[in-house]
Parts: sequence; C-alpha cells; structure tokens
Amino acid sequence: MARLIRTEKEVEGRYTEQWIVVDEDVLEQWPAGPLETVGRPVPRADGGQRARGEARYTADIKLPGMLHAAILRSPHAKARVRRIDTARARRAPGVRAVLGPETEPLTGEPAYQGAPVAAVAADTFAQARAAVSLIEVEWELLEPLLDPEEAIRRNELIEEPSREKRGNVERGLAEADAVVEAEYRTQTVLHNSMETHQAICEWEGDDRLTVYISTQFIWGVRGEVAQRFGLPEDHVRVVCRYMGGGFGSKNGAGDYTYIAAELSRATGRPVKCALTRREENLDSGNRNSTIQRLRVGARSDGTLTFLDGEFVNATGWDGWLASTGGPMRLLYACENVRTVEYGAKLNTPPMAAFRAPGFVEGTFGLECLLDELAAKLEIDPLELRRRNHSTHDAVDERPFSSKQLLECYRRADPHWERRDEVRARSDATWKRGVGLASQVWYGGGGPPSYAWVRIGGDGRAAVITGMQDIGTGSATAMAQIAAEELGLPVDRIEVALGDSARGPYATISAGSSTIPSMGPAVRAAAADAARQIIEIAAQRYDREERVLSLKNGQIVSSDGGSWPLEEITGLLESGQILGKGSRGPNPTGMRVLTFGVQVAEVAVDVETGEVVVEKIVAIHDVGRVINPLGASSQVEGGIIQGLGHTLSEERLLDPSTGGNLTQTLDAYKIPTIADVPEIVTDLVDVPDEHLTNLGSKGLGEPPIIPTAAAIANAIRDATGADVRSLPITREEMLRGLREARERRREPVGDPAA
Amino acid sequence: MPELSINGERHELAASVGTSLAHYLREDLGLTGTKIACNEGHCGACTVQVDGVPILSCITLVHTVEDREVTTIEGLRDHPMVNSFVRSDALQCGFCTPGQIVSATALVAAIPRPSSEEIKHAMSGNLCRCGAYPKIEEAISTWQD
Repeated sequence: MARLIRTEKEVEGRYTEQWIVVDEDVLEQWPAGPLETVGRPVPRADGGQRARGEARYTADIKLPGMLHAAILRSPHAKARVRRIDTARARRAPGVRAVLGPETEPLTGEPAYQGAPVAAVAADTFAQARAAVSLIEVEWELLEPLLDPEEAIRRNELIEEPSREKRGNVERGLAEADAVVEAEYRTQTVLHNSMETHQAICEWEGDDRLTVYISTQFIWGVRGEVAQRFGLPEDHVRVVCRYMGGGFGSKNGAGDYTYIAAELSRATGRPVKCALTRREENLDSGNRNSTIQRLRVGARSDGTLTFLDGEFVNATGWDGWLASTGGPMRLLYACENVRTVEYGAKLNTPPMAAFRAPGFVEGTFGLECLLDELAAKLEIDPLELRRRNHSTHDAVDERPFSSKQLLECYRRADPHWERRDEVRARSDATWKRGVGLASQVWYGGGGPPSYAWVRIGGDGRAAVITGMQDIGTGSATAMAQIAAEELGLPVDRIEVALGDSARGPYATISAGSSTIPSMGPAVRAAAADAARQIIEIAAQRYDREERVLSLKNGQIVSSDGGSWPLEEITGLLESGQILGKGSRGPNPTGMRVLTFGVQVAEVAVDVETGEVVVEKIVAIHDVGRVINPLGASSQVEGGIIQGLGHTLSEERLLDPSTGGNLTQTLDAYKIPTIADVPEIVTDLVDVPDEHLTNLGSKGLGEPPIIPTAAAIANAIRDATGADVRSLPITREEMLRGLREARERRREPVGDPAA
Repeated sequence: MPELSINGERHELAASVGTSLAHYLREDLGLTGTKIACNEGHCGACTVQVDGVPILSCITLVHTVEDREVTTIEGLRDHPMVNSFVRSDALQCGFCTPGQIVSATALVAAIPRPSSEEIKHAMSGNLCRCGAYPKIEEAISTWQD
C-alpha cells in the first residue's frame, strides 16, 4: 500500500518540506565494501559515444526547417531604450522574425550589461547575427550601481538579510584568550561549461511545445516553460540526452529558452538559441564575489568561544543569497555563533548556483581564519580542528545521520606529517609548505525521484528515468546499482534518461543529489523487477521463492540448481517485466551532511609571487561509493576547478561602466592540463546507515569546497604570509609577503599581544 | 570545383568564401563530432588534423585547406586512443573530448611514448572545464596497453 508522509528535502543548502508517497517494502542496505558491481571501478557506460563524437548534444541537433536566433544584448550596465528601429533588420537576408523589448524576457530597461533587448530568427546564425547589428537603438544611459558595500548602505538588497545566531557572541568574546579578526574577499567566477547555454524550441500547434536543451533539470525546465506559456505540463516535452557541463548554471530554463520559444511561435518553425562564448560569460550566471568580515575567539587550549561573520554577497541584478555563512554555522562545535549575510542588488549580471554556492566562498574565509587562530595560539592547525570537532549539528541540535570527519583527519595525518620534509625542500627563492582545510556540505538528496526497470525476453535490463547525466557519470552508477540488484553484469543494463516524455520524474542534477536521490529509486525498481522474476521462476521450476536468488545472470537455487535468466524472461517472448521504484524519505530528525579534508603542498617564489600547487590530497566522507573510478574523476575535477578559483580565474568588470573585460577564454583563465598538481583521492566509503537503501551521499560538490583555503594555508606555512583575497594573483601574494615582512620587523613581546 | 579530403574521402568544396572549416564540417557535412565551444581559437574543442597536424578548425577558413587531408574524430574512431580515454575515464561531460583525442593522436603519431612534460606541452591548448586532465594524461600514457 502506498503511504503518504511528510519529509524534508534539501537542494544547494535550501530546505523545503514536502509530501511524498513511499512504498511499504523497505530494502535493507547492502553490506559495506565492494560488492559484485557496486563499489568497483566501471568505465562510464556512454564514454565511447562521447569520445567518438557520436553523442548528440543540444549543440549538434538540427531539426528540419530549424532557424537560428541571435540576441541584441545591452552594451550598458544600466540604460533605457529611448527608441528602437528594427526595420533594417527585418529586411535583412534570411530573417524570419524580429522581436523587440515589448516581448518578455526582452527588455527596454536593461539593468546589467548583456541583458537581452531584442532577438532575431534567421535561416542561419550568421544571418541572424548580421541582422542584429542592423537594429538601431537610441540609449539613455543611467548610472549603474556596482559597489556591493554601497548597495548595502542604500539598502539595495536582493532579499532580506539572513541573520542567524546561537548562544551569545559577546559572552564568547569575554571568554576568549585569543581573538583573530580578518577580512577575506572572493572574486566573481564564471562557469564556462564547454557547451554554452542553448535550447531548441518547436511548437506543435499552439498548445504543445518540445524543448531540446542543455540542462541539469529537464523537469524544472518543463515546469517553468509550462507556466510561462500557460500549458499543461504534459504538453511540454523537455529532452536532454547529452549535455556539455553545467556546474549549477543550467538549473533552469533561462531567457534563451523563452526567446527560442517566442521566435518559434512567431515563425512556426523550430528555433535554436545558442549563446556564444562571450554571451555565456556575460549572461549565464556566475559565482558572485563576496566580502567576509570574520572574527573568531578561543581559549588558550584552542576551544572556540565564538564565531562571528558578516558576509556581503555581490549577488547582481537577480539571483538569491547563497549561504556564505553556512560553513561557519555548521563546521565546528561552538556555542556562540552569529552570521549576517547580505545580498547586494547591483547592475551586474545575475549570479547562479556554481558548485557548492556560498560554501566555496565561506570555507575560504572560515578555514583561513582558523589557521590564523592556530598560528596565534601556537596550536597545530589539524589539532585545532580536532579539538573543535562537532558531534551533532549545533544549529538545531540534530544528530548527524553519519559523520566520518575524524576518520578523514586520521587519514590526513601521514600527509600532514610531511610538513617538515616539504619545508626542508625550500631554498632562498622557492619556499615550500603544507596546509589543510576541512569541508562540510549537504549532499543527502531527497524525494521525490522515480525509476522504472524493464527486463526484456533477452534477459537485458533497461533503467528508465527522467534524470540527466551532466558528465558526472550518474548513468553508469545507476547501471551498477541495477546490475547489483538484478545479479546481472553491468553491460547488460541500458540507462535511458533525459526525456520528460519517456520516463518518470527525477531529481535535479545539482546539489550533489543525483546519486543519493536517484540511486535508491533505481535500486527499488530493480528489486521490484527481481521479485517478479523470482515469483515466476518459483512457479516454473517448482521451488519456494525464498530459496531463489539472482546472480551472474542466473536464477540460482540454494539446492544447487541454476538457470539462465533468459530461460524465464524468454517465456515472455515480446513481453517484459516492469519494476518501479521511488526514493524514500530522509531520516527523520537527522542532519545529512558530507565532510572531508584536503591537504595541499605548495611552492611560492618569494621574489615574483608565483604560486605552484604541487600536490593535493583529498579525503572525503560521502557514504558508500558506487563507482570509485567515476568518483575519483569527480574529486579531481572539483579540485581543478577549485585551483582555477584560487589562482587564475576572475571576471573583471570595468569599475566605471560595469562592462565585462573577460568575456573570452584567453582573458578568463581556466586551468589547463599544465596547471594540474598531483592529486590523491581517498574516499572513506562507509555507508550512512540511516540514509536510504544505499547509504550513499553526493560527491559533485564536496571536492571543490576546501581547495582554496588549503592552498592559502599552505602558502602561510611556506612563507608566513596571510593571503586573504582570491584569486591569489602575484600582486596579492607579494602584498601578503610584504605585510609578513613588516610584521616580523615589529618588536616582539608587545604586552598587549 | 575545388576539393579537399576528409577522413580519406574526397569532397567537392561548395562552401562560400569565409566559411570556417569547423562550420563546414558540422553544418555542410554533418560531421558533428567536431565541437565548437568558443569559436575564436581559445579552447581547442574544434581541433582537427590537417596533414596530421592539429589545427583549430573554428579559426581556419575551409578554402585554406583545399587539396589537403583533413582528419576529424570521425576518422579516428577506431584509434586505440579512444578506448584508452574510456578505460581511463579521461572524460566527463565529453564535449571537449573529440578535440582532446584528435590532439592526443597527433602527439602519439609523432612521439609514441610521450613523457608527462611532452603531454602537458602538446595538450595544454585543449581546455576541459570538467577537469579530466589527470586521466587524460593517464590515457595518453597508456594508449598502447
């Protein structure tokens, strides 16, 4: 019988309560450790198609009669269209439709550079672009608001400030033997997915719409598009078979989808709207910059007495307040904690989620602050973290569903103990050091998510679900889970995904949620199919169900008999066995979080300020690991993005006009293969006994979170310099070195210190 | 009519002057294995070989490669490098991967057992935002296994 219950769901640190329907049968978790397929390295199922260039991304889809869109974007950060003339554009070769600011989401009052103002559909993209250049606009220029501190002063906020506290910070201050206060800054970074944001919209009559889109959430796009055009949700079909990266920036429909849909409606033809790289870097979201004014106090034994943080997020014209204060509230046992977070509404492009939004920024500040405190107290930084380890979530006194952070620290010990040896390799110019930083994040996933498993006469199985594989290898993990439950080799499992008309609702591929949300549903669906096979086999072979099991493609009886699966499924000829499964609730009253620690080894040229990261060891607790091969790829990818955030990436705006100076990939520096250090991945791999039938948490985001702080702390270890601003350019590094030198010249033994 | 050879097949070149090789391959011939990610020569996703040398097809005019031999990912599908990439998990979203493999096969044609330094030098023009780099290096180091 289906049962209706209320449960909590979290995406990117934002919680909602919701009703879900759960099945009665609850599966016991598998034993820990590698099983037949789960827990063993498996190359990704669709790797060949992607590698051979056979995979069809949205960028590769060409529908009959398809037109191409180009967008006129505001060259100004704040302006008003006084007059717009599209007549010449309408007459240009190949042009089929032109839309102006009166059609949403196009606007005559752009509030950031890159906001869409007008759009053209033409036979070719080149024609559409040429026509856009013929649109004449008379602009009224307005003064843009670009400074986040000024925005806070003027109360220009994206939403109400988030104020949270527990205990009493003043009391904690009075109890402190040492206090450290510092300001940290993080820069705006751009996602730069290799496949730019794009969608193809095709109307069928005036009440059905198909959207092919590069997205992390086909169901979110379906809902948004249906609402916008007043359509029943089932009249909107959203398809994303392969997609070329998102990192949080492709969680919704986006203006380009609506523009394609409007142009398709105007022309009666399918229309593709694909952003260029420069448009991508103007208006497809960003990780917003932050200013963090932080204070920490501790007793001389290292016990934290208070944590206090004021966080200013430069959110931009739209978006939401990413939880920059989250790590400060969640990471340590500390009775007195206060955080205030502001989202500044500016004439800059809207932020979007970017791989652990808020926590990447907030962990940089918090974990550098902890090391500055450790230096002041002369306590080993790892020991300081151990002394403040939390045994439960102090925010609301909930127990953790599982927490292996102390085990992560234990595994970090041998890498941490290399400090003397690493420092000893320093010479007059190159100073070497080791640093570490802890990680906390969500990643427990949640309902609803559904899967079907279909087994054909040939004894092959298909997992059918409306999820996406955005490059994380989630489809392969689902195949492994189904294979394990069905006792089949993984190459007999097909995973059909990415089409809202051909599978049930599935989770967003964001918030490290695909495996913890979808995995349990796939296992439940496979178990449902397995149960049916055993029921049929029991009748066919005259055995009791309880003596039968599925293994290695066989139906095995405990009395020694075994029969190939096809012997049973073959009876059905074209018939099929259909299993269905859903994601159950999250554990009641518990906090589900992921944890970890990274240890970085760096070399700093104290003459030029060059920083070279030589090694990063990543130790994370994400519950049961389904595919260690794909998991290590996720860890490496997160660290490499983190390395870019730490050392080379920054969106630069002209401070007077708000114009983006880094729209191209030669100006905006993402890491190359030559920038990559040695990376060691160590996943604790202990199932969370309270979480679902798998005990798996998500892994997409945790690895990017502590990287910047671990590097900055290693720099301090190597040179004594406090770097407090990302990216750590040579300028910032030399500033930190200069400051450290001046500090050393100050007289020691100051009684006030 | 001018001609060029693509993956060993002769093609009459009917494209208009000013067409990029990447556009010609993708739009005129339907060879969509070659990806365009920046369209201005900064990222390497569009890499193809001309007479065995990797070039950026998005900033190469198709008429400049008349009578030359162009090799795209479609012509390299049976190269052992492809399986090496899959085996090593040297791809995530896969959008940059055809370009990576085109560059990697050109490298090992010149240097069958490249050193780590040689790999980093030859591959640093192929950006991968997912950060599959450690495994790309592994795939290139072990392609003959």
